[in-house]
Order: sequence, then C-alpha cells, then structure tokens
Amino acid sequence: MIGLEHYLAVAAALLVIGIFGLFLNRKNVIILLMSIELILLSVNINFVAFSSFLGDLVGQVFTLFVLTVAAAEAAIGLAILVCFFRNRGTIDVEDVNVMKG
Amino acid sequence: MTVAAFTFYAFAVTTLLGGLMTVMSRNPVHSVLWLILAFISSAGLFVLLGAEFVAMLLMIVYVGAVAVLFLFVVMMLDIDFAELKAEMARYMPLALLIGVVILMQLGMAFGAWDYSEGVAERLAAPAGEVQNTAALGQLIYDKYIMLFQLAGLILLVAMIGAIVLTLRHRTNIKRQDILAQMYRDPAKSMELKDVKPGQGL
Repeated sequence: MIGLEHYLAVAAALLVIGIFGLFLNRKNVIILLMSIELILLSVNINFVAFSSFLGDLVGQVFTLFVLTVAAAEAAIGLAILVCFFRNRGTIDVEDVNVMKG
Repeated sequence: MTVAAFTFYAFAVTTLLGGLMTVMSRNPVHSVLWLILAFISSAGLFVLLGAEFVAMLLMIVYVGAVAVLFLFVVMMLDIDFAELKAEMARYMPLALLIGVVILMQLGMAFGAWDYSEGVAERLAAPAGEVQNTAALGQLIYDKYIMLFQLAGLILLVAMIGAIVLTLRHRTNIKRQDILAQMYRDPAKSMELKDVKPGQGL
C-alpha cells in the first residue's frame, strides 16, 4: 500500500506546476484557465487522499463541490474570453484595460 | 515493487508530465490534450485510493465536458498563439523562482506535518462496508442535501451567465418571421390569371 505522503507529494507538485503555469503564460488566458484547473485538481487529490486514509467520506463529498465550482468557473471564464475576443480581437491579458479610469 | 506501487508511480508520473506539458506546450490544442491526459491519470489515482465515484465523475465532467469546452474555444477563436508565446522565455526565470519557493514552502510544511491528537474520534462520516458510490449517495442526499442543491444552483447560474455573455443578436441578417408565415394566405400571395389559348400573358 502506498503511503499518504506519496499522494500529498504528487498533489504538491501538481499545485506548483499550476502556479508555475500561471506565471509562465501571463498573456494567454486559455492556458491561465487550464493552470487554475490543474491547481483545483491538486486540491482534489489532497481531499481524496485524506478521505481515503482517514476513512472519512466527507473529503470526497467536498471534492464533488470543488468539481462543480471548477466546471462553473471554466464555463464562465471561457464565455468571458469569447466575449472579450469578439470586442477586441485578442486575448492578451495586457490588453484588458477597458475599465481603466 | 508490487503492482499497486507500480500503478501508483505510473499514474503519478503521467499526471505530473501531463500538467507540466499543459503549461509548457507551444500549441494550445496540445495543451488541452495534455490536460486531458493529466485528468485521466489522476482519475486512475482516485481509483487506487478507493474513490471510484469521484474518479468516474472526473472522467465525465472534466474530460467529457470541461476539456472539450476548452478545445472548442481554442479552435473557435482565431488567435495568433505564436505571438502570445514569444515572451515565454522572458517570464521563465521568475516563474521558476516562484515555483521553487512555493515548492520549498510546501516541503517545509510537509516536514512539520502530523496527524492531530484523537483524529479518529472526530471523523464525521466513517466509510463503512458499503460500496463507495452508495455511501456517497447516502451522504449527499441526506446530510449534505442543502449543499448539493446549492451546487446545482451554482451550475444553473453559470449556465445562464455563459449564455447571456455569449449570446448576440446580429442585425443585418435575414431571419425567420414566424408571424408573417402564419398570417400568409393564398389570397395575398397568389394571383390566378386566365390565359387565353395561343396568346400567352
């Protein structure tokens, strides 16, 4: 049986990869959204690992809710992206300055 | 090495490789495909942990819906990705620095981490002999029914929001006018002429 620490290490590495991606692809909103999905996935791995090793199912229930929010966030984010692309013709984050005072 | 350990390491390495290639890949379509790989292999990790229902949910929701949504948007928008990727090398040192710092912080927290005293007595919902899906169903539809309904509400709001954001009414195109079609009758749209033989109209 694999220990809990191994799963936590995988989740930590995935979280760091997600944050690394956020800083690496600062201009491309699509990859930014994918990095956020990776971060949420690492959180889910943590939840399920603890749930399994402690024998407590609430961790998996919470994973369901994280999954729900992640799906909703991806849908809204991509809708905003499509809307922005229609108006400006680019998805560069540095061009998002319509509301600049 | 046992089969379980080998499976775990295979899935873990594939997950991390998928995640890394998602953020490093030059082509966003490849990024989405690597993301799908990461999701599938982490679903494998969940199966190893005994959480079959969450694993299958991950496959259906992430691979079936979210990843396809990403793919759809990437292919639909006409974006010059080479230009967006051009400055990737410039951000690389900062990104690496921040990644290493956070990794070290997590490592330090990990070194000091331990179970708290008496964690076994405070478990809210112990997993019994029941199958994973059945046990989850008993929890969700009984104890957490309110949160479950709220999750549905979040999805509804997200759906309405996405539709409102992307819907647009284009003016200069020809549309179907149903009322005009319904009020149309032979008397208004047709004329009968009596044509004499050999003369034409």
